[in-house]
Amino acid sequence: MSILVYSELKNGKATKSGLEAVSYAKKASTVLGGEVTVITSGAIEGDGGMGAYGADKILNASEATSDSQQLTRLVAAAAESTGADTIIINHDATGKLVAPRVAVKLNAGIVAGAIDVPSNDGGFKVKKGVFSGKAIAEVTVTSAKRVVSITPNSFGIHEAAGAGAVESFSADLGGAKVKVKEFKPTSTDGSIPLPEADLVVSAGRGLKGPENWGMIEDLAKELGAATACSRPVSDIGWRPHHEHVGQTGIAIRPTLYIAIGISGAIQHLAGVNGSKVMVVINKDPEAPFFKAADYGIVGDAFEVVPKLLEAVKSFKDN
Amino acid sequence: MNILVCISKAPDTTSKIAFTDGNTKFDENGVQFIVNPYDEWYALVRGIELKEANGGSVTTVTVGGADADPIIRKALAIGADKAVRIDTAEGDPGSVAAQIAAYAKDQDFDMILTGKETINYNGGVVGGMIAEHLDLPYISLATKLDMNGGVAEISREVQGGVEVVEVDGPFVLSAAKGMAEQRIPNMRGIMAARTKPLEVVPAADVASNTAINTYALPEEKGDCTYVDADNPAELVRLLNEEAKVL
Repeated sequence: MSILVYSELKNGKATKSGLEAVSYAKKASTVLGGEVTVITSGAIEGDGGMGAYGADKILNASEATSDSQQLTRLVAAAAESTGADTIIINHDATGKLVAPRVAVKLNAGIVAGAIDVPSNDGGFKVKKGVFSGKAIAEVTVTSAKRVVSITPNSFGIHEAAGAGAVESFSADLGGAKVKVKEFKPTSTDGSIPLPEADLVVSAGRGLKGPENWGMIEDLAKELGAATACSRPVSDIGWRPHHEHVGQTGIAIRPTLYIAIGISGAIQHLAGVNGSKVMVVINKDPEAPFFKAADYGIVGDAFEVVPKLLEAVKSFKDN
Repeated sequence: MNILVCISKAPDTTSKIAFTDGNTKFDENGVQFIVNPYDEWYALVRGIELKEANGGSVTTVTVGGADADPIIRKALAIGADKAVRIDTAEGDPGSVAAQIAAYAKDQDFDMILTGKETINYNGGVVGGMIAEHLDLPYISLATKLDMNGGVAEISREVQGGVEVVEVDGPFVLSAAKGMAEQRIPNMRGIMAARTKPLEVVPAADVASNTAINTYALPEEKGDCTYVDADNPAELVRLLNEEAKVL
């Protein structure tokens, strides 16, 4: 029994998503037993920062690829070489691309979007969010091998000692059928990608028009938060689609979610109710969102947000 | 252009989520079923648009019993040309993918489209699993799909941005928001859907590797702490000292 993690590397280091998968694997190894090995591709600096989070061994293939078929062959070859029976990947954009393929290749059952470490008491069981966050299911995997992809931000990053021994690894990856032509960053100002953001400032129709988002962006910037929006706002084109959180947009689990001028329809709540702390600012005291909120301010966003921005600034200054 | 769109049955987005039989089964009592929104709004509509522009045919495929027929007729009303239902109770995502792959492998589809995930199971793995079964390239979370001759140009969401890729030859894709606009079926479409072919095919011999033991509802949140609108500094203090998130 051993665990294999796939982590992406950026500038030679494991990404935040990758470190979360390593942390999760280390914790899972206390239940399942066995070593934690990480498979990576592309240039790595030292142990990529993974030993400190519990990676015992790091296999590194020198050539980087983002092609789903090549990555699948790489992960499957590493699983075969280490004899791993549990494969752990973050359920981020790359995990969604690769994890299902790996499951088929290894004839493994897959639990996509796990929110807790597995238990091994009477079979391999792990919890995942279902019904778009409105419920939690405990899923049993009956096959000998299993793939678990973990919901970003559901477990966090925790330091734990691992040997962090790096070995070079090679496998026949075959050709890539998907040609990458261009990468367009969501923002050029280095702002934080929404799915992995710890803090999120979100706004809805209460803002009255796209020209009023300046104060939302200012507040987000001051907090070091990502910006998000409700479905109506992205549907009418006030904000880009990739900012839409909710049942039919993306689901997020930040530590702090601030909702401004969003009433809190059930479909919106489905995408955000995994947040650790929710703050709701709405001028309608009857807005359903207050029922789900930890902290609330009943007031006009155009008056409250500038004051909140000042308060955050003076907090940061001290 | 021969397009296959995978269609799944899902509870309406406003459904009350409750469970029966000792929290082992979803309570369907009073629940309206719809075409899974990602399958319908994005994958199906984009498939129909591409067919309208380039010619060809759109086939939908669903794994399920006869109870899925109403949502399949809806897909036909929106504009699919024909539908296939693989006649077996829907198993786990891996078995659904294996069933669809077994059906599709001899059919010569130019593309297989799915929604990015279902709104009831939220796994998002069926497309990728079909791709691996059929040894086809897979593009997940696609927000744009255009055909230039035989080459597909696809934009997909990745960490921190959008990647534009090209694929020459058949592929599998999961569609996310931005791919197309929702279409409401008109009366002519609804009438036409009654006579379009809905072929029921026998299921392949496929087993599930996973099963749901139990469901639970998330813990109820405690009461909301209200802060005066004139004093957001108090909110910042609470977030820092009490909630410890700042």
